[in-house]
Amino acid sequence: MHIVDGALANPVVIGGALVAAGGIALGLRHLPLERIPAAGVLSAAFFVASLVHVPIGPSSVHLILNGLAGLMLGWAAFPALFVGLLLQAVFFGFGGLTVLGVNTVNIALPAVIVHYLCRPGVTRASAPVAAIWAGVGGALSIALTTALVAGALRLSGEQFIPAAKLVFFAHIPVMVIEGLLAAAAVYLIRQVKPDLFDSLKGAPA
Amino acid sequence: MDHLLSPAVPRQSALCAIDPRARILGACAFALVTVACGQTPVLIAALGMAGGLMALSGLAAGPTLRRMAAMDGFIVVLIALLPFTVPGDPAFALWGLTASWQGLRQALEILLTANAVVLALMALVGGMEPVTLGHALFRLGVPAKLVHLMMFTIRYIEVLRAEYLRLSRAMAARAFRPRTGWHTYRSYGYLVGMVLVRAVDRSERVLGAMKCRGFAGHIPVLDMLAYGPRDAIFAALLGAALAALCLAEAAHAAF
Repeated sequence: MHIVDGALANPVVIGGALVAAGGIALGLRHLPLERIPAAGVLSAAFFVASLVHVPIGPSSVHLILNGLAGLMLGWAAFPALFVGLLLQAVFFGFGGLTVLGVNTVNIALPAVIVHYLCRPGVTRASAPVAAIWAGVGGALSIALTTALVAGALRLSGEQFIPAAKLVFFAHIPVMVIEGLLAAAAVYLIRQVKPDLFDSLKGAPA
Repeated sequence: MDHLLSPAVPRQSALCAIDPRARILGACAFALVTVACGQTPVLIAALGMAGGLMALSGLAAGPTLRRMAAMDGFIVVLIALLPFTVPGDPAFALWGLTASWQGLRQALEILLTANAVVLALMALVGGMEPVTLGHALFRLGVPAKLVHLMMFTIRYIEVLRAEYLRLSRAMAARAFRPRTGWHTYRSYGYLVGMVLVRAVDRSERVLGAMKCRGFAGHIPVLDMLAYGPRDAIFAALLGAALAALCLAEAAHAAF
């Protein structure tokens, strides 16, 4: 899912960097000092989750979970996921430096969209209903991310269209898995710590 | 257990003595110049430069190059399709599809650029202690909140990985074997959910501990970063090398 340096056209790279900077600034404004520990620890949790490989047939996929990040963090998902991508690029060599902005937008923008669409559902009284909404959010965020990746490639040139299509269709099983996982995770959270989503809701913990 | 992000660098390498800020700016300048260049020989030179930086950084060559190769795994599809989708003079045919020279060249350029940038980034910045990186970014004007967030992430990545490993051991002890199926995905979902619940619980305890110590939101500056003659030499050498790359690019383009 990472795009690397040198693949995209300059306007796409610059546009991505600008949108990412805006999103991060907005995210930081939504993040009072009191919530930084929660956001930081969750950012670390999503970093660790991205190292988890889930089997699928003979192969395996690594988790992204940007939908869950959006449901839990809202706009703060932008800086939190940016930090994760920065650390991955610097210490693991995943992705690249000039494309950091594009990669941040591809991962974090779907998180924020899912936050607005599915968050009300996830805080419903009934845990199974909340789990279904989380599943929808988990799958939708991956769909949006792959669509954004494909879009960034498409804007960079006609020759990337087959690769963009392939990226999208190859990720359909990932969407299903992320949806199932997000649903199960939220179901468990609602059983174990029902007030988690309320306590993260901006109010000082 | 080693920190997941901790670089295995001997303390005395040539790059360790350079101001972290200079190294970060150097990595950014290198990335911009390399991405701006498009001539194959220039990109090969850039990759060679990145290799040289890696040698100076004292990073173990094996693991670093393996990480670089892992990144190539991500883009193999993109690279493999390009020769067949870029129109141009036919080079060879495979299963009735024709690969073009122009496409092969573009694929090679992306491969060289991506590897050079990532290698230089890991060599210049990846060899730092993660905490030093945070301080340096703060001193370069990155917003304090973002640096705080990054420091928390760095601090708790290892803690939460241990949490995750504990939970997976507990699952393995109960005869959980991952395979493709509903049971596996639900169990992994519960695992993720539990890690998140514990992360939030932990963050509440951390916030309490910080409040009790009168946390006011500023970052205490632990190491005095000072620009010295070594950094000037580093900046001059790297600047000269990057200028040479730009000149070579311009010369090739004119040629």
